[in-house]
Amino acid sequence: MDAKQYDTLQQSLSPKPSIIKNCLKAFLVGGIICTIGQLITFFYMAYFNFTERTAGNPTVATMIFLAMLFTGFGLYKKLAQFAGAGSAVPVTGFGNAVISSAIEHKSEGYVLGVGGNIFKLAGSVIVFGVVSAFVVALVKLLLVTVGVTNW
Amino acid sequence: MFATLLIAFIVGGLICVVGQLIMDLGKLTPAHTLSILVVLGSVLDGFNLYEPLIDFAGAGATIPITSFGNSLTHGALAEAEKHGWIGVLTGMFEVTSSGISAAIVFGMIGALIFHSKGQHP
Repeated sequence: MDAKQYDTLQQSLSPKPSIIKNCLKAFLVGGIICTIGQLITFFYMAYFNFTERTAGNPTVATMIFLAMLFTGFGLYKKLAQFAGAGSAVPVTGFGNAVISSAIEHKSEGYVLGVGGNIFKLAGSVIVFGVVSAFVVALVKLLLVTVGVTNW
Repeated sequence: MFATLLIAFIVGGLICVVGQLIMDLGKLTPAHTLSILVVLGSVLDGFNLYEPLIDFAGAGATIPITSFGNSLTHGALAEAEKHGWIGVLTGMFEVTSSGISAAIVFGMIGALIFHSKGQHP
């Protein structure tokens, strides 16, 4: 194999284009999921007394409900194969992780199976979220007490 | 209204691209990636940067998992401002409870209705 052949071979095997393609797919699917979320936010702002900031909570709950339907019918798995982080990063991905664990361990019973495994995949998100929030809040509290910064 | 939707699409999509890059370049599992993003959101709120992003991008900032970290920190900080260090613990889930309670409730309902066909991504 001469240098030219090696170059073409290396280019054809190089993972770079696939990273760009993955990012495009993630952008597209993630963007669409957030657009659906924005439509639901508009709905809650129009028909209930929610503001732009407070509408986030009911929107998240609604999105997780939709994730339950998609997970139950096996559609979220197909979406995840195409979208990668595009379907994992939105809160629907968190919902999918919780709900798919619940359904999968149903055969082991509702207490040990569903109850014990429901956070099997999503637990790390909650643990690291809580620990990091604790550290951030504590550091900020210290800084405010010392007078370096304010709330 | 259309502009808001477009901004939500772009910002939400970009946060997912950040996740994809962490996954592809760092060769990490989705669980690692999501944990990193949650910590990122929580730290951003410590610098008061995430709420302005929500004001700008709406669902583009509230739907990605980074907003989970943000609301955990936000609840902790709001209570810490009122009650001091004990508020750091008591305020943690004040804002973010809907995501977790919805996931638990719908997880249970899902387990009651659906049967396993291998839903894992």
